[in-house]
Amino acid sequence: MEFVGKILFMAVMAIFVQNFVLMRFLGLCPYIGVSKKLDSALGMGMAVIFVMTMASTFTWLIHTYLLVPLHLEFLQTIAFILTIASLVQLVEMIIQKTAPALYKSLGVFLPLITTNCAVLGVAILNIQSEYNFIFAILNGLFGGIGFTLVLILMAGIRERLERAELPISMKGMPISMIVAGSMALAFLGFSGLKF
Amino acid sequence: MTSLKEFTKGFVKENPVFVMALGLCPTLAVTTSVVNAIGMGLAATFVLVFSNIFISLIKNLIPSKIRIPAYIVVIASFVTIVDMVMHAYLPAIHKSLGLFIPLIVVNCIILGRAEAFASKNNVFNSILDGLGMGLGFTLALVVIGSIREILGAGQLLGFNVLPETYKPMLIAILAPGAFIVMGLLMGLMNLKKKK
Repeated sequence: MEFVGKILFMAVMAIFVQNFVLMRFLGLCPYIGVSKKLDSALGMGMAVIFVMTMASTFTWLIHTYLLVPLHLEFLQTIAFILTIASLVQLVEMIIQKTAPALYKSLGVFLPLITTNCAVLGVAILNIQSEYNFIFAILNGLFGGIGFTLVLILMAGIRERLERAELPISMKGMPISMIVAGSMALAFLGFSGLKF
Repeated sequence: MTSLKEFTKGFVKENPVFVMALGLCPTLAVTTSVVNAIGMGLAATFVLVFSNIFISLIKNLIPSKIRIPAYIVVIASFVTIVDMVMHAYLPAIHKSLGLFIPLIVVNCIILGRAEAFASKNNVFNSILDGLGMGLGFTLALVVIGSIREILGAGQLLGFNVLPETYKPMLIAILAPGAFIVMGLLMGLMNLKKKK
């Protein structure tokens, strides 16, 4: 029972209280770049959930069974970014071969994910917070879900913003940032949650 | 004359943050104070200049198919150096920048300059380009950092600049403030460009 409670706590923390995009400022480029349309936001979100979970798994294994026994912790950044880059490439190839339909909807987003700082961010955070294997994977999964949630909310808002009357200089990026600010303000309310 | 242009274009005309909207994550995350902004800006400038030099030197040796992973390895090596040097000599700034030092690897400005400039130009121009872009990035961080520190704490570089009666707007230092200040600044830039 205690275990389930811990998992629930972690889910709420990663999705709402410490949301990767709005509170930790990770993955802002795709957040602003791919949130113009609802369906592409959904595709990107799914791809990020998948890659973040996989990346958490593999980087944790590499850190614990390769870098620590060999005392190579200082190579963490290089090792992790290479792991993520090759992982993304591998996933892309596997999906392309086995599920062409899925590849069509996710394919264009996969290369972009290598430079999504939320992925490298979650890998480093897992090590810094000294999570065990299960919790590292779950942190990646919940972090990805949190990212997708705000990405979809943002896409919904931006589709309507297209039709709003705005001063020309505020159109596009500037108003998106301000909308993100109000969304962050709303998410700040979750930080009062106590368990 | 053209060399001078390579150097100064990053300040305003092609400012990586305000005009090209690259590297948003560190821009918003570390600008809670001017000191952090300067630390982050200089760290990124160092990485940018040295990765530009190296990539420009080895541009003819890298097969074009694997150039992106090769660039990432070069960048990651310099980020590791910066990380270790800052950890040793500037522990306070290293601690407050935290996660965002290893995340310089996935800062799109650096990979962007490597791909768009250093891989096509000679070493001397690449140094100027890296230095200019890095200082432009630092400038943008300092502007945002100053606004947030003055509004949010009534201070600049740790000194009180506003009268005692000023009540700090805490929101400017918290996450939503970052988005809103950034949005308004981008709007101002657009307005100026039109005139």
